[in-house]
Amino acid sequence: MFWSALPGAISLGLIWGLMAIGVYITYKVLDFADLTVDGSICTGGAVCAVLMASGVNAWAAIIVAIIAGALAGLVTGIFHTLMGIPAILSGILTQLILWSVNLKIMGQANQVVDSRGSYVIVSQLDAGWSILIMFGFLAVIIAALYWFFGTEAGCGIRATGNNPNMSRAQGINVSLNKIIGLMISNALVALAGALLAQYQGFADINMGRGAIVIGLAAVIIGEAIVTRISRNFAVQLTGVVLGGIIYYIVYQFVIWLNLDTEYLKMFSAIVVAIFLAIPYWKKRYFGKFAKKPKQPPEGGGALPAEGALTAEQPTAEADPPETAQAEGGADHV
Amino acid sequence: MSEKHILEIQNISKTFNRGSVNEKVALKDFSLTVEEGDFITVIGGNGAGKSTLMNVICGTYPVDEGKILLGGHDVTRLPEYRRAKYLGRVFQDPMMGTSPNMEIQENLALAYRRGKVRSLMPGIRKSEKEFYREQLARLGLGLEDRMTAKAGLLSGGQRQSLTLLMATLKKPDLLLLDEHTAALDPKTAAKVLAFTEEIAAENHLTTVMITHNMMDAIRCGNRLIMMQEGKIIYDVAGEEKKSLRVEDLLERFRASAGELNDRMLLG
Repeated sequence: MFWSALPGAISLGLIWGLMAIGVYITYKVLDFADLTVDGSICTGGAVCAVLMASGVNAWAAIIVAIIAGALAGLVTGIFHTLMGIPAILSGILTQLILWSVNLKIMGQANQVVDSRGSYVIVSQLDAGWSILIMFGFLAVIIAALYWFFGTEAGCGIRATGNNPNMSRAQGINVSLNKIIGLMISNALVALAGALLAQYQGFADINMGRGAIVIGLAAVIIGEAIVTRISRNFAVQLTGVVLGGIIYYIVYQFVIWLNLDTEYLKMFSAIVVAIFLAIPYWKKRYFGKFAKKPKQPPEGGGALPAEGALTAEQPTAEADPPETAQAEGGADHV
Repeated sequence: MSEKHILEIQNISKTFNRGSVNEKVALKDFSLTVEEGDFITVIGGNGAGKSTLMNVICGTYPVDEGKILLGGHDVTRLPEYRRAKYLGRVFQDPMMGTSPNMEIQENLALAYRRGKVRSLMPGIRKSEKEFYREQLARLGLGLEDRMTAKAGLLSGGQRQSLTLLMATLKKPDLLLLDEHTAALDPKTAAKVLAFTEEIAAENHLTTVMITHNMMDAIRCGNRLIMMQEGKIIYDVAGEEKKSLRVEDLLERFRASAGELNDRMLLG
C-alpha cells in the first residue's frame, strides 16, 4: 500500500516543492518571512478552479492564477514598504484579506475541478504523468529563476535581502526590490495552488492553512541535503523541491503506519522550529561573534530613523557563518 | 583645483525625537561647502553630529530644514538610493558595506553599477572580471585569487578594503568615510587608511572623512573641521592645518566644550 501510494506522494511533493521555491525566494533570498503564502496558494487554486468551471482552458487558468498571486505579493509589499508595517504582520494582514477574497472568488468554501470531463495539466488520476509534467514545470522555473537572479536586477534583489544598507549605498531601490521579490514568490505559490487544485480535483478555502510551515520544512530539508554538495543557486532550488518530495513521502509513511495524521501539522511545526533554532543556537553559543560587545552608536544618530523603512523583523537567521551582521546578532536578547 | 562646489550644505538642522524627553539636536543651522578635490577630515566628540552629518548627506535621514546640493543638484528630497550615484560610502561597521552571502566579484559588480538602472543584462560579465582582478590585486590582500569567495568570509580589514574599493570603483563625486578604520586593529587601520589616501590622490577624489584619531585628522587631507553640538567650531585649511598639533586641537576642544571628552583623548 505504501509503494502504490508513492507516485501520488511524489507528485504532491513536486507541487509543494514548487510552492516551497516561492517560500525560498522570500525567506532565503529576501530575508522576509512572508505569511502571505497561506492565502495566495488558495487564491491560485480558487482562481484556477473557478475559471475552469466556467470553461476556461487549464493553461489560461493557471496564467490568471499566477497574476492573482503576484497581486497578493504586491499588497504585502505595499503594506511593508509604503506603510512601514513589519514583514510578518504585512503577510498576516494580506492572508486575512485573501480569506475573504478567496471566498468571494469561489462563491462558497470550495470549488470542484472536473478532472475527468475536462483537460487538466496534472491529476491524481494519473500520478505518473503528473510527475513528468511537474518535472518539466520545475525545470523551466528553476532555469528561469537561475537566469533572473544572475541578472543586474536579480543581483539587486539578492543584495537587498542580504544587506539593505549596502544596497541603498549602491543605489538599489530596496523597497521596490522587496515588492518585486514578493510578487515573484507569491506568483509561484499561486501557480502551485492552481496546479494543486487541478491535481486533487478541487480548491478549498482551507487548502493553504499551514502552507508556510510545509514550505519552510521543504526549504530546510532541501538545504540540509544539498548545501554540502553545492551552494549554486539552481542546486539549492532543486534541493528545495527534493525537500518537498521528502516531506510528502514521510507524510505517506505516517499514513501507512496508521499513525494519527492529525498530529502531522504539529510535528511539522515542531521540526521546523527546531531547525530554525539551530543556526541561532550555533551563533549564540558557538559562534565567532558570540560575545562581541556592541559598538556604542554615535550621537543621537542611530535611534529613530530605523522606523520607517527598516521595519523588518529580526527573524531567525540563516547561514550561520555568514550572518555576522550587526543587526541580527547583537540585538536578539 | 577648480572652484566647483561638489557639496553645498545650506543651513540644515536635524533634531531627533523632537518634542520628547529624548529630544536631541544633532545638527543646528549647519552649513558647509566642499570644493572639488578637497579632502576634509571631521573630528568631534560623541554626539557632536558627525555621523548625522554623513547620514544626512547620504539621505539616510531627512533633514528638518535647509538644503543639500550635490554637484549642483538639489538632493534634499531625494531618497538615499537615488543620491547613491554621486556618493561612494564606507561605513564604520565593516559588516555594513558588503553583501556577505554574495561573491567578492558580485559585490564589485553591484558597486560598478551604482547609479545605473539595473536591467536584465547579466549581473557580471566575463570582461569585467579581469578589471576586478587588477583592482583587487592593488589591495595586496590576495583577494584577486578568491574572487568567487563569499564576502562574508573576509575579515573586518579585508571587508573595509573591499568596501573602499567598491565605493571608488565607479568614481564618485564625493567619497564619504564614516570612521571607516575605527573598528579595525591599529595595524590594519593604518593599512586601510594608507590605501584610502592612495586611491583618493590617484583619482582626485573629493573626500570627507570622519575620524576619532586626531593625528590622522591632521596628517590627512587639506582641511580639518571640528564639530561640537551640531555645529562647526573650528575650520582650518592649508598651511595652518599642516602646522597643527594634537595639543592645539585638544585646547580648542577644551575651550569650546568646557570639559574634555574621554573618547577624544583616547582617540
